[in-house]
Amino acid sequence: MNNIILLPVLIPVMVGILLIFLRSYGRTQAWFSIFTMAATAGISYYLLEKVQSDGIQRLDFGGWAPPFGISFVADSFSLLLVLTASIVTFVCLMYALFSTNKLLQTMYYYPSVLFLIAGVNGSFLTGDLFNLFVCFEVMLLSSYVLLTLGGAKRQLREAIKYVVINIVSSWFFLVALAYLYGAVGTLNMAHLSVRVAEAGQGPLLTTISIVFMIVFSLKAGLLLYFWLPGSYSTPPVVTSALFGALLTKVGIYALFRVFSLIFNQQPEITHAIIGVMAGLTLIGGSIGAIAYNDIRKIAAYNVVIAVGFILVGLAISTPNAIEGAIYYLIHDMVVKALLFLLVGTVIALTGTAQLHQMSGLMKNYPLLGWSFFITMLSLAGVPPLSGFIGKVLVSEGAIESGAYILLALSLLSSLFVLYSLLRIFKNSFWGETIVGKEDQVPLNSRFLVPCLVLVLLTFGIGLGTEGLSAYVTDAAETLLNPDIYVDAVLEGARP
Amino acid sequence: MKINDVILKTVSQAGVLIILTFGVYLFLSGHNQPGGGFIGGLVLATAFVLMFLTFDSETVNKAIPFDFKKISALGVLLAFSSSALPMFFGQPFMSQTFGYFDLPIFGKTELATVTLFESGVALTVIGVVVNIITSISEDE
Repeated sequence: MNNIILLPVLIPVMVGILLIFLRSYGRTQAWFSIFTMAATAGISYYLLEKVQSDGIQRLDFGGWAPPFGISFVADSFSLLLVLTASIVTFVCLMYALFSTNKLLQTMYYYPSVLFLIAGVNGSFLTGDLFNLFVCFEVMLLSSYVLLTLGGAKRQLREAIKYVVINIVSSWFFLVALAYLYGAVGTLNMAHLSVRVAEAGQGPLLTTISIVFMIVFSLKAGLLLYFWLPGSYSTPPVVTSALFGALLTKVGIYALFRVFSLIFNQQPEITHAIIGVMAGLTLIGGSIGAIAYNDIRKIAAYNVVIAVGFILVGLAISTPNAIEGAIYYLIHDMVVKALLFLLVGTVIALTGTAQLHQMSGLMKNYPLLGWSFFITMLSLAGVPPLSGFIGKVLVSEGAIESGAYILLALSLLSSLFVLYSLLRIFKNSFWGETIVGKEDQVPLNSRFLVPCLVLVLLTFGIGLGTEGLSAYVTDAAETLLNPDIYVDAVLEGARP
Repeated sequence: MKINDVILKTVSQAGVLIILTFGVYLFLSGHNQPGGGFIGGLVLATAFVLMFLTFDSETVNKAIPFDFKKISALGVLLAFSSSALPMFFGQPFMSQTFGYFDLPIFGKTELATVTLFESGVALTVIGVVVNIITSISEDE
C-alpha cells in the first residue's frame, strides 16, 4: 500500500475543484495550476526513484485486495509518462499564463486542464481495465470542454466530429470490456494476464483483443487518425499543444500495456496487425505532412507520424525496440508540445497560418527561429537531441527481427518530417523580411521562455540519455516480462 | 396567452414534497438495499426540475439561491475529501469505517463514513442534472 501513487491524480482534481470556486480570479487560477503541476512532477519523480529501489508500487482502494478491488499500479513505464506529462503541462501552463485571454480564464479553462491531466495520469497509473475506461472518460470530457472553449465556428465544427468519434469509440471500449469480462470473468489487468495465459488466447480472446485494438487506435490516431489533424489544429495554442503532447500518448500507452501484459500470446496476429497499421500510419502521416500549407495542419500530421513510429516499436517488440519506443514516447511528448507552442507563437505574431504569407521571420525573431530549427532537428532524430536514441534503438530492433519494411518506412518518415518542417523553416523564417524591424509585432519574452525550457529539455533528454537509461531499461523489462507486473500486483493471491 | 396552471401548481407543491422525501429515503436505504447517492441524487434532482417546469426559473432561483454549478463542485469536493481523509490515518484511499451509536430518538444506529462520500455523489448528481436541464431550457 502506498497512498502517494494516487497523488498525481488526486492533487490536480482537488485543486481543479477549488479553482471552480475561484472562477473570477484568472491570474490566481493560473498560478495555482502551475504550482500544482510542479508539485505533481516532483511527486512523480519521487515515486520513480522509489520504484527503482523498492519495486512496483501498488495502492488498493479501500483496502480491497486485487483482483477484487480497484488498484493503482505504478511501474517505471507509467511513472516515466506521468512525470513527462506533468512537466509538459507545467510548461504549457506557463505559456497559458500570458496567452489566454480573460474570457477563457473565467470559463473554467484551468480546472479543465487540471481535470484533463488528472485523467491522463489516472490512465497511466490504473491497474484495472474498467478504471482505465473511467480515466479515459475524465480525460475526454475535459478535452471536449477545452476544444470548444472560445467557440469559433471552425472549432465547433471540428469539435462535433471529435465528440462523435470519441463517443463511438468509448462505446466500443465498453462493449469490448463486457466481452472480456464475459469471457474471463475479471478486469484487473494483472489477473487478466494470468487468466488469458491460462486460457491460451484462443480465437475468441484474440477477436476481443482486436476490438480493444480498434478502440485504442482511434484514441491514439493509429491508422484511424482521420479526426486528428482537424481537431488538433483548431483550438487555442496551449490547448492544441496539450492535445498534441498528451492525448494520443494515452492511447499509445493503453496499446503498449494491453498488448504486452494481457494479449501477448498471439503476437503473429495482433502485433502483425499493429505493424501493418503503424506502417500505413507512417505513410498517411507523411503524405499529410507535406500536403498542406497550413502550418498547424503540418504540425498535426507530425503527431500522426510519431504515433506510427512509436507503434513500430510495439509491433517489433524486441527489447531494443521497446526501449526505443519508450525513449521516443518521452521525447515526443516534450517536442510535440514545443512544436505546437512555436507554431502557435508564429501564428500569433504573423496573424496567418498560411505558409506563403509569411517570410523572413528570422530577422525579426532570431531566438524563435533557432528554437524552431532545433525542434526540427530533434523531431528528425539528429544527435545529440532527444529524438536520436529512440530512432536508433527502434531501428536496431527492426534489423534484429528482420522487419525491413517497417524499418524502411520509419526511416523514410523521418525524412518526411524533416522535409515538412524544413518547408516551414525555409518559407517563414528564411527569405525576404516582409515586416521591418520597426513595424514588427513585439515578441514578448514571456512567450519565449516556456519554449526555451522545452528546448533545454530536448537537449537534456538527448545528452542525459545515460541517466535516463536505468529507468527506461526497467520499464522495458517490465513490459517484456509481464510476470514482474503480475507478481507485484497479485503477491500471495496467485493460484 | 396565459395558461391556466392552477392544477399543475397545486399538484407540484405536494408532489415535490413527496419526491424529496422519497429521494432522501432512497439515499439512506442505499447502504444495505437498492438506492444510494447516485439514485437518491437523481430523484432529488427531478424534484428541482419539476419546480423549474411548474414555476418560472426566476421564482425558483429566488427560493433556492444556490448556483448549481457550485453545488456539483461542492459534491465532488466532498466525495474526494471524504475519500482522501483516511490517507491521513495511514489507511488506503477510500477506506471506510462505521460504528454503532446510541442516538436520542433512533436508538442504536449504524453511522458509516461512506455516507459522507455518498452525499458528495448526491450533490454532484443534483448539480449536474439541474444544470443540464436549465442550460438546455435557456436556449431560444
